[in-house]
Amino acid sequence: MAEDRRVLTGEHFMSGDHACAEGGLAAGCSFFAGYPITPSTEIAERMSERLPEVGGMFIQMEDELGSMNAILGAAWGGWKSMTCTSGPGFSLMMENLGLGIVLETPTVLVNIQRGGPSTGLPTLPGQADMMQARWGSHGDYEIIALAPNSPQEIFDLTVRAFNLAEEFRTPVLVMSDECVGHMTEKVVIPPKDELEITPRRYTKKKPGEYLPFDFGEDEIPEMVTAGDGYRIHITGLTHDRRGYPVINAEAQDWMVRHLINKILKNKHRIIQLEEINLSDAEVVLVSYGISSRVAHRAMDLAREDGIKAGMLRLITVWPFCDEKIRELAERVKAFVTVEMNMGQVALEVERCACGKAGTYLVPHAGGEVHNPDDIYQVIKEAAK
Amino acid sequence: MAGTTSSRKEVRFTGFGGQGMVVMGYILGRAATVYDGNNATMTQSYGPEARGGASSTQVIVSPEKIFYPYVIECDILVGMSQEGYEKHRHNIKPDGILLIDEDLVVTAPDEKTKRIYKIPATRFAEELGRKIVANIVMLGFFSAFADFVSEESLRKAVRDSVPKGTIDLNLKAFDKGRAYAEQIREGSALSSQG
Repeated sequence: MAEDRRVLTGEHFMSGDHACAEGGLAAGCSFFAGYPITPSTEIAERMSERLPEVGGMFIQMEDELGSMNAILGAAWGGWKSMTCTSGPGFSLMMENLGLGIVLETPTVLVNIQRGGPSTGLPTLPGQADMMQARWGSHGDYEIIALAPNSPQEIFDLTVRAFNLAEEFRTPVLVMSDECVGHMTEKVVIPPKDELEITPRRYTKKKPGEYLPFDFGEDEIPEMVTAGDGYRIHITGLTHDRRGYPVINAEAQDWMVRHLINKILKNKHRIIQLEEINLSDAEVVLVSYGISSRVAHRAMDLAREDGIKAGMLRLITVWPFCDEKIRELAERVKAFVTVEMNMGQVALEVERCACGKAGTYLVPHAGGEVHNPDDIYQVIKEAAK
Repeated sequence: MAGTTSSRKEVRFTGFGGQGMVVMGYILGRAATVYDGNNATMTQSYGPEARGGASSTQVIVSPEKIFYPYVIECDILVGMSQEGYEKHRHNIKPDGILLIDEDLVVTAPDEKTKRIYKIPATRFAEELGRKIVANIVMLGFFSAFADFVSEESLRKAVRDSVPKGTIDLNLKAFDKGRAYAEQIREGSALSSQG
């Protein structure tokens, strides 16, 4: 009965933050631990109302370190779990995000980005945590990060984040921004039986045969729930297939390569892009999140003036779409990256374009979206 | 220009925090999406204060997909505070409409907008017994000028969006504003109240 309230099927006029919470619920999230911080608080607030309705659990933690650890523990306890944060809270979650990666724990972390560094602009947008999402925890690893550009898409991508987390047994980031989080638009939530939900990949092996960090060709280990009778040992130390610490270069090489291969070998299953007007494009805008909607307007302005502009919208930002940029670089004049930071994803575009096409950046320090005319001026320059 | 085509309508509600500017935007957006089947994007800006600071809500309504989510030039500006009116009055389309609470906003001597309509929304709300429904009086008034959203959808969205137990009062407030708009339009034909 409580489960009837889990998927709010229907048409709503809903904020991005609330749609994110509903996406989590629809995907099967039953555990949320978090610490309120603007502009992500409405996600936590909604979860605190909604989770008890569906038999789930909400905990307001003492801080973001505890929040991140609690959702890892909940995942090993058999729950689908998530947290949300912003600004300094994202920094505080970095250490234990790394623990989640090393423990190969399925969970979802949502960052509603605001202006930084430090306390920065609590109520105003930014997209300057994109490289932190990629590299923010110490050590080498690969991460999955999705960037929605509307309340509908934050619903859809939160569901997808949960699915990817289960599919690849790893934490997944939803990297949104204050504009999308606080924007209200039509959100269509499908009937429960039309939602594609990836179940946890529980092992079919018997206790005694199962190893928590063993995997086959696809590099993805199977999961168990702590307390189900399997002997498991999990540690943040470099470990072997059993999960036991092994402190040497050989074990390190095996584990780190595995964490990276798990994502890179499966890139084709993870990367999602939207291609707009690319068939004849000479100038390709590369953008994501709210900036992609502003860039879309600049693209329309350019098209009206006869400039063949198109856009590659990154729905998955990490892992990066190297191949797509390389392919486009062979046939387009230039890339123009539009992001609300001083140049982060732009570095990746430049790396992959490898000098074969021009690369331009329209930077913005945050606090408000770009002026579409500023983007248009750079498109004109790039088209010359 | 793209984004300013006639099918795209841009509205800004501006007033003080506590007057219900965000609620007005929410009701318009809900009416336009859930009941009329169009698209709508609502964004808001406000100061850190819960009440008394400047509050402004923007709503874009379009049958097409909305990309740029903010007002470029208002089709309708609703002013319920002097500060809000003054801040946004230069951002109205040449044929745009300005709606104001006549007891709270005095138009500037050099106001260029031709289509200005005034209503004592707050006074009407007080007459109905609750000053807090001034925003809904204004929304009823607004409904007579906003041909891109149906009156019936707005009434349904009012029902959905106000606290239970206040639905009748709010619908009365809506009707009061709507009736006043119709009276004005009959009285002054197509000319502005000035």
